Amino acid sequence: MAISQTSAQPLASTADIAVSVRNISKKYNQTEALRNLSLDFPKGELTSLLGPSGCGKTTLLKIIAGLLDANSGTVQVGGQTISGPGPDRAFVFQDFALMPWANVIRNVAFGLELRGIAKSEREAIAEKYIASVGLTGFEKSFPHELSGGMRQRVGLARALSVNAQVLLLDEPFSAVDEQTRRKFQEDLLALVQNESKTFIFVTHSIEEAVYVSDQIAILLPRPSRVSEIIRPSSFRGKSVDNIRRDPEYLDIVDQIWASLRSYVE
Amino acid sequence: MFILGYKLPAMSSLILWALLWEAIGRLELTFFVPAFSTVIMTLIELVQTKVFQKALSETAYAFSVGIGASVLIGIPTGILMGKSRLLDEMLLPWVNIFISAPLTALVPVLMVLFGFGTKTIIITTALFAIWIIILNARAGVMQINRSLVEMARSFGAGPFTAFYKIYFWAALPEILGGVRIGVIRAVKGVIIGQLLVSIVGFGALFELYSSNFLMAHFWAVLLVLFTLAFAIAEFLSFLERKVAFYATKR
Repeated sequence: MAISQTSAQPLASTADIAVSVRNISKKYNQTEALRNLSLDFPKGELTSLLGPSGCGKTTLLKIIAGLLDANSGTVQVGGQTISGPGPDRAFVFQDFALMPWANVIRNVAFGLELRGIAKSEREAIAEKYIASVGLTGFEKSFPHELSGGMRQRVGLARALSVNAQVLLLDEPFSAVDEQTRRKFQEDLLALVQNESKTFIFVTHSIEEAVYVSDQIAILLPRPSRVSEIIRPSSFRGKSVDNIRRDPEYLDIVDQIWASLRSYVE
Repeated sequence: MFILGYKLPAMSSLILWALLWEAIGRLELTFFVPAFSTVIMTLIELVQTKVFQKALSETAYAFSVGIGASVLIGIPTGILMGKSRLLDEMLLPWVNIFISAPLTALVPVLMVLFGFGTKTIIITTALFAIWIIILNARAGVMQINRSLVEMARSFGAGPFTAFYKIYFWAALPEILGGVRIGVIRAVKGVIIGQLLVSIVGFGALFELYSSNFLMAHFWAVLLVLFTLAFAIAEFLSFLERKVAFYATKR
């Protein structure tokens, strides 16, 4: 974050915004990945970043995580401008990023270990989250003994156990099979409801984005900008079984496809 | 291996070679090869002598200090080279030169620099071992999954914490492989050092026995050396197997 810019229009209600991205630009050598991108992420909601491949959605997520520096612009989390990774954010990786030499409980407790929390205490917390993602009994297993879906549950438990206000998920379900993926999506909806956390979710699946999101930001590529923000209204309160039959769900999926179609090679 | 349905214990082929040795020795074809049993008898006598024990401790000292230094310097250097492009560009040519250089030719230079004592032997030993340890640690770090490093950063690990909690462990299979090869090279280094620098330790025994044509003694010391080197290398490959479960899944 080299230059901090004052935002042109102050937010209507800063209290409801968990993460605020202002005028972010990012260049990789000559290619412009993001240009002057601004976006707000409401507190307690799940926002999807959706767009064709190469649209910079993962770049944006990593800038919010503090893993990449933007060339200009600011990211505020809870009203504070960030300058790197912080305890207010936790990341879930596409390829799980588990330590293969460590068992499940140590992997889940790793964020707490880095914060210097005593072993007995962090393992107690880790056990609670291992149970909450449904992996009780696998505490002493190693990542290579688990299926892809179970590994991502470990990654999710690790992110939850540090109790960060913002969860950043980088295509978390793209490396698991279709059926596991559906189960994950249902679990994610329950998670958003039960944990009062803010979720930022990168996906390339239109159906997945519409299914799980309170707000969908459509990014268009080269250079990336927010072209549209969609907020589904009618089916969010319905049970998970009825979402995919809801007319609004189907309309939004079609509408997004119509706007993305021309960008897919 | 199975013969007639019986499972042979590991390394049973050595029995066959020992028998062949014994036969050649008994035939008295050459004074150079005494019978295997004679060598073993000499060995049993030899290990009880003060001379042998002194040689063993001198050699073990120079060997372990040399290896210790190569491990303590080589592993962090290799990891840092794998992490930092700049350091890699600066050091890699030197590492590549030294790993392929005929180090024996360098020993006289070392003698001028460091004298005719144990110090030079230790440095010779380390020079034989360190380069492969550096290269392997470097290779281990270079294939680390990027997202594992990002994971540690995003959960708040600083560079030093990432170094010993992520980089070291992720590169451990390669590091152990490097140490194993380094140890085998160090055996060469310590004996060459003892022969060229000052005639001490096992080097002195080899010199003494071969110039006096005490072939049974000569072979006995060689056998001890082989066995020790083999045992250390086997121990290290045992450690390697313990981390092999994640070597292919990083």
